[in-house]
Amino acid sequence: MKKILKNDGVQSLLASLICILLGLLIGYVVLLFIEPSGAGEAIKAVIKNFLTYNKKESQLKYLGNTLVKAAPLVMCSLSILFSYKVGLFNIGAAGQYCIGIACSLYCALALKLPWWVCTLVAVLGGALAGSISGLLKAYCNVNEVISGIMLNWIILYGTNMLLTNVKEATSPYTKEVARTSAASLLPTLGLGKFFNNNKYVGVSVIAAVVIAVIVWVVLEKTRFGYELRATGGNKNAAKYAGMAEKRNIIVTLAISGALAGLGAAMLYLTSYEQWNCSTSSVPGMGFNGIAAAFLGGLNPIGAILSSFFIQHITAGGAYVDKKIYCAQISDLISSIIIYLCGFVFFMKLMMNKRIAKQEERAQKALAKKAAEGGKEQ
Amino acid sequence: MSTPSPYAIEMLHITKRFPGIIANDDVTLQLKQGEIHALLGENGAGKSTLMSVLFGLYQPEEGEIYVKGKKVEINDPNVANELGIGMVHQHFKLVECFTVLDNIILGVETTKGGFLQKDEARKKVMALSEKYGLRVDPDAKIQDITVGMQQRTEILKMLYRDNEILIFDEPTAVLTPQEIEELMQIMKNLAAEGKSILFISHKLAEIMAVADRCSVLRKGKYIGTVETKNTTMEELSAMMVGRNVNFHVEKGEAKVGKPVLEVRNMSVASKVHKNNAVKNVSLTVHAGEIVCIAGIDGNGQTEFVYGLTGLEPLVSGSVKMLGEDITKAKIRERSLKGMSHIPEDRHKHGLVLDYSLEDNLVLQRYFEPEFTNKAGFLRRDNIRKYAEKLIAEYDIRSGQGPVTKARAMSGGNQQKAIIAREIDKGPELLVAVQPTRGLDVGAIEGVHKSLISQRDAGKAVLLVSLELDEVMDVPDRILVMYEGEIVGELDPKKTTQEELGLYMAGAKRDEVKA
Ligand SMILES: Nc1ncnc2c1ncn2[C@@H]1O[C@H](COP(=O)(O)OP(=O)(O)OP(=O)(O)O)[C@@H](O)[C@H]1O
Ligand SMILES: [Mg+2]
Repeated sequence: MKKILKNDGVQSLLASLICILLGLLIGYVVLLFIEPSGAGEAIKAVIKNFLTYNKKESQLKYLGNTLVKAAPLVMCSLSILFSYKVGLFNIGAAGQYCIGIACSLYCALALKLPWWVCTLVAVLGGALAGSISGLLKAYCNVNEVISGIMLNWIILYGTNMLLTNVKEATSPYTKEVARTSAASLLPTLGLGKFFNNNKYVGVSVIAAVVIAVIVWVVLEKTRFGYELRATGGNKNAAKYAGMAEKRNIIVTLAISGALAGLGAAMLYLTSYEQWNCSTSSVPGMGFNGIAAAFLGGLNPIGAILSSFFIQHITAGGAYVDKKIYCAQISDLISSIIIYLCGFVFFMKLMMNKRIAKQEERAQKALAKKAAEGGKEQ
Repeated sequence: MSTPSPYAIEMLHITKRFPGIIANDDVTLQLKQGEIHALLGENGAGKSTLMSVLFGLYQPEEGEIYVKGKKVEINDPNVANELGIGMVHQHFKLVECFTVLDNIILGVETTKGGFLQKDEARKKVMALSEKYGLRVDPDAKIQDITVGMQQRTEILKMLYRDNEILIFDEPTAVLTPQEIEELMQIMKNLAAEGKSILFISHKLAEIMAVADRCSVLRKGKYIGTVETKNTTMEELSAMMVGRNVNFHVEKGEAKVGKPVLEVRNMSVASKVHKNNAVKNVSLTVHAGEIVCIAGIDGNGQTEFVYGLTGLEPLVSGSVKMLGEDITKAKIRERSLKGMSHIPEDRHKHGLVLDYSLEDNLVLQRYFEPEFTNKAGFLRRDNIRKYAEKLIAEYDIRSGQGPVTKARAMSGGNQQKAIIAREIDKGPELLVAVQPTRGLDVGAIEGVHKSLISQRDAGKAVLLVSLELDEVMDVPDRILVMYEGEIVGELDPKKTTQEELGLYMAGAKRDEVKA
């Protein structure tokens, strides 16, 4: 039992679960404060998400929706964890995601390009945004967090400007890809029929899983990954060993950016969402990616599970009874839970301390027994 | 309980296990009030572990600790501190970007209304510094000062906390001979004042000079304790490694070949002051010879090596290797040309501490076809085989073999891993900076043998050392560096330690041609 508890993977998993439970608990307490009568129902709704529906068909349909939105979240969390392994904190993922939206939607709506071109341009856009931070870091020693945050704003307003060209005349939203350029829609591969004809489910869900696996393989199994992790572990040693540290910083942030940009294409080219051209902050997807990355124990496979979970409760928030609670409550509850998800490593530390203490106590008890036994003889 | 215990510390039957290894196996250590007690043992024998147990960093599985006759539970360094126990670690634990003064008072700051009261602290620190001859600049940042001063900072940290029991884990490994002299005197003064000192060192001469008693560990087990006045260095080393160690380096005549390294007029900037740290240095190292750069620490040796290996750019000058200009070559290109580098600071440059031993052993070669296939995937089984070979050949000891995290290895074994990696690369030029730092006498013997067999195989070796014995015994030529310049070339067979000392102190200098 102890052996299992000491295993690193098991610890990560346990820590994640504890964080989730704590998040739910605090969310519940907040609901109790606002209006005790509906709290139990509300928190249940958050956890249940699509299971709120009774009919199997509806459940499947809304499960499909959750998957569609989980896919880009997986990409954003991969973007975060990939740079994190190299010792970089890519807070610019939000902006890189945003530039991905701009590129994919503009290519689709204005230029009516096929889906794979739109996707490619989104990937390149994200990579470009990432490499700007990378270049600044490598050659001007500008902290990637600072340059990332600044770029987020620049990209946001750039996106608003660009996409105003392709918005509906009467609303701030962009036109629907499905109606404007069918060729730009991501292939559904016929997956929709497993989700009660949900027309949004498609290649992106599968691609997200495949790419997570690829990221894991690259990091753990390849020479490139070996270099990147060495740079993250000790950049002086990486330099000493002749690794091209500057190039690695730039390439890492470019790849992170590409992952985030791809995430944007995965969502917006399904036509599931439209961009609001008067948006005043970068989409939360990039920031939720941080939580998902940590909740997943900074492991690409973990990121798949954590992203699904976070998307699950975010969507679940929508089912909280709006007659009892104000409209923002759903976002509040899910953000509390997501916030707690960031504490996974703290949890792990606490757990290790506890285990060490318990072991010590057990050993002392044993020693005592042995000593007493000795006396009796 | 009426008579006070003669022991400041008693550690009885301590057992501490790590995955795959028993680091301390039923070890007993008794430290008398006011004595200097040395702890001796091979690399990985468990010395640091035992001291960490005493300092509350590790909890032993078995055993008891008594402080001044009272049984105690030390489960946290703060508890150790309250009991008056202070420790200077093998690898210092200072905050690099803080000043000396800030580091000393860190954790025991006096505040008034939330503001730091540094004036009083400064007075106390300066008084201690004066009293014990611990020269420090209280306002210098740690990253800018020499290791010697960093160590004095660590000692002041203990004294500032009024610690009565002082633990020194290999304090002399990083010091110059002069600094070692000073430290010994300081330790004697502290002991004369009634402080009790535990002192780990691999240098037998130091132990004989300063310690009253010496306890020996071997492979985690307690071997015995002897009074230094009743023993000899030979006896100590035999107790420690279980065999006789040859202190004298045996080597034949050098067969000097063509030049391998030619440095001309090299200048390298300094990080701490505006002048160049290396000024116009020219030297040549030939195939089949060992050239040693001697000098007091901080005279430009570090910067010279940085310039030579490509870690720092040159201000001016040129470097040629095997006839080719490599002044502007990248580090990887130098490495591929046949330059190996055993770095001065094993934690800063030499290792990725969170990587396994095997991953660290291929740090210079991971990209070769043997370890990476055409598709860019690591060939794990080859890496494992290679690591196992080096571990056996160089006697690198650790808890779990190739998969041990470098962080979980003893200091000396970390060093052995680096040496194995750099020598096994088959270099044309081996730049070895303090290669025996922190090694036990047996391992030092081994490293010296490898350096000499490199030489005998017709390779060039550039040794940088602060260790006088090593400087006298190993190389074929000695170049003395003083304030960034080469001030003398000496033949180790003809010179004396005294003459060497004069050059190192800048009291004597010649024109030296490269
Ligand atoms: N934190 C740790 N986790 C696992 N194993 C460890 C850890 N610390 C030390 N060890 C193992 O315990 C053994 C003793 O290590 P220790 O550092 O005490 O040696 P040492 O006598 O100080 O050697 P050196 O002279 O090389 O510093 C080594 O084999 C080492 O691999
Ligand atoms: Mg040690």
